[in-house]
Amino acid sequence: MKTVPVADCVWEIPPSEKPGMLVPARIYASEALLARMDEGVFEQVTNVACLPGIVRASLCMPDGHWGYGFPIGGVAAFRADTGVISPGGIGFDINCGMRVLRTSLTEAEVRPKLTALVDALFAAVPSGVGSKGFVHLSGDEFGEVMREGARWCVRRGFGWPEDLDATEGGGCLPGADPAQVSQRAVTRGRDQLGTLGSGNHYLEIQVVRPDGIHDPRVARVFGIEQPGQILVMLHCGSRGFGHQIGTDYLRTFDQVMRGYGIVVRDRELACAPFRSPEGQAYFAAMLAAANSAFANRQLITHRVREVMGRVFGRDPRDLGLGVIYDVCHNTAKLEHHPVDGEPLELVVHRKGATRAFGPGAPDVPAAYREVGQPVIIGGSMETGSALLVGTAHAMVETFGSTAHGAGRTMSRARAKRQVWGETLIKEMGERGIVVRAASKSGVAEEAGFAYKDLGEVVDVVHRLDISRRVVSLTPIGNIKG
Amino acid sequence: MGRHRFLESVAVADCAVEIEGDDLDDLFATAARVLAEVMVDPATIRMSVERSVELTASSLDLLLYDWLSELIYMKDSEQLVFPVTEVRVSDGSASRLTARLAGGAIDRATTELRADPKAVTFHQFVLEPCPGGWRARVVIDI
Repeated sequence: MKTVPVADCVWEIPPSEKPGMLVPARIYASEALLARMDEGVFEQVTNVACLPGIVRASLCMPDGHWGYGFPIGGVAAFRADTGVISPGGIGFDINCGMRVLRTSLTEAEVRPKLTALVDALFAAVPSGVGSKGFVHLSGDEFGEVMREGARWCVRRGFGWPEDLDATEGGGCLPGADPAQVSQRAVTRGRDQLGTLGSGNHYLEIQVVRPDGIHDPRVARVFGIEQPGQILVMLHCGSRGFGHQIGTDYLRTFDQVMRGYGIVVRDRELACAPFRSPEGQAYFAAMLAAANSAFANRQLITHRVREVMGRVFGRDPRDLGLGVIYDVCHNTAKLEHHPVDGEPLELVVHRKGATRAFGPGAPDVPAAYREVGQPVIIGGSMETGSALLVGTAHAMVETFGSTAHGAGRTMSRARAKRQVWGETLIKEMGERGIVVRAASKSGVAEEAGFAYKDLGEVVDVVHRLDISRRVVSLTPIGNIKG
Repeated sequence: MGRHRFLESVAVADCAVEIEGDDLDDLFATAARVLAEVMVDPATIRMSVERSVELTASSLDLLLYDWLSELIYMKDSEQLVFPVTEVRVSDGSASRLTARLAGGAIDRATTELRADPKAVTFHQFVLEPCPGGWRARVVIDI
């Protein structure tokens, strides 16, 4: 497929490359990252370019890799009036996302208690196949979670009011409708609130690297003052509740889209017009799942505060355990962006892509309005993560979006053949990273060598100015499913 | 006896698998076994639960989608995994499945956990006849 360089780290596949493409496909990557992208990325990003109502271009971020439907790292915006919504552009793990907490602790203070801390967190935050959370809700209460998201948690004492200010959308996306959610989704997900899941989901104790503060002014706004400062990062989503909603509506769209005259190049791109009854029902159900994911991360935050308060014998507020930010990377949201000079209402799909709104943009919390929205890019469990900040350029270039992770380059099976989970845990321990995991084979699947170099992904988004590097982080404690 | 192989170059973050069965019954039972093996080491499940499942769909491939989705649903809603299934599939005006499932609960003290499947995707999803039986390709979101 012809991939043409159009600017530094920007590559385009013109519409002439595949019948049905309505817009070009645009891949953001260095030459090295582009060369390592698997063939599925090119097929999938051009398949998305064929969907009705897409505007400007079908985008793929530098951490892009072969997913299902959209590539992972895919961003596409569709006109709300004439375009579609597709579960394959969001993923089954609706509102999978990242949250990071600051602390006033230093590595020197945490190291002596690190093993006890990781053990206590592993016990308090259930992970892995078949895990259940610590809150048990009636159907009505779960309906409240669907509507209120993290606000429900704060109302019930599982959080601080200021946590909501530091969460995308205030931790509650309006428009969620429990009536559009199946009973199966409720039954499947109701007992999983407060659980991590498995795969690449994690809870990590991280430390600001010695040379890791790249933008001291913005870092200070985020509450990060010095190298050696401890942060807590978590990565998880809506668990079985969101997975079931995705399953239910993918099945629905697969059946109804022909009636709307829509033909897709990958069945996983099954979709419906956004303004159709099915499109609106899915959007309302998807928002319910997104709110449950905010609640999930809020409940885990509550557990982290309880555990750290106990382990360090101090009040969590005294430990400075405030939320820096909570951001989604698997959603579709109604947003306004200019297209050809005309402000349009768009359904912006981000699948494995992080919102990266710049200074002054709507929904950026007051505390960050001057500098831009915090962006959290999670790396592999061995190599570390990064905090960045959204930019004005992202608003015009990528509908306010950037990368979400390092991007996988190796299959899970191949990673498991290269290292035993127990061996990796031991090796990481020798390097000062304490790991506790529900599944040892799951640890092997998430080895650092299975991912691209996070530094290179961050370098590209920084060079493109679709988000700017602020702080680099190294894990010292890791809880995995 | 059904066969399977993982397709490592497809959707690297997920689990793509090609399954073959001597007939549809064999293919559906093999797909269930493979799914259970993706979730846990079946040898560490205490086989103490039996269930019956009946499903109807408008086509055979949707029946396979619904069958695997049902097994994933039971993993989350009841923490049950079923490595052994006996399946009867019929295809007429509608496609039907009746199955007897044998398995047990995930015991976090004794069960060796593997991956936690989220859903069956339609990406490259195929169910088709092949020489000697039936073949399916399924990508499971992990």
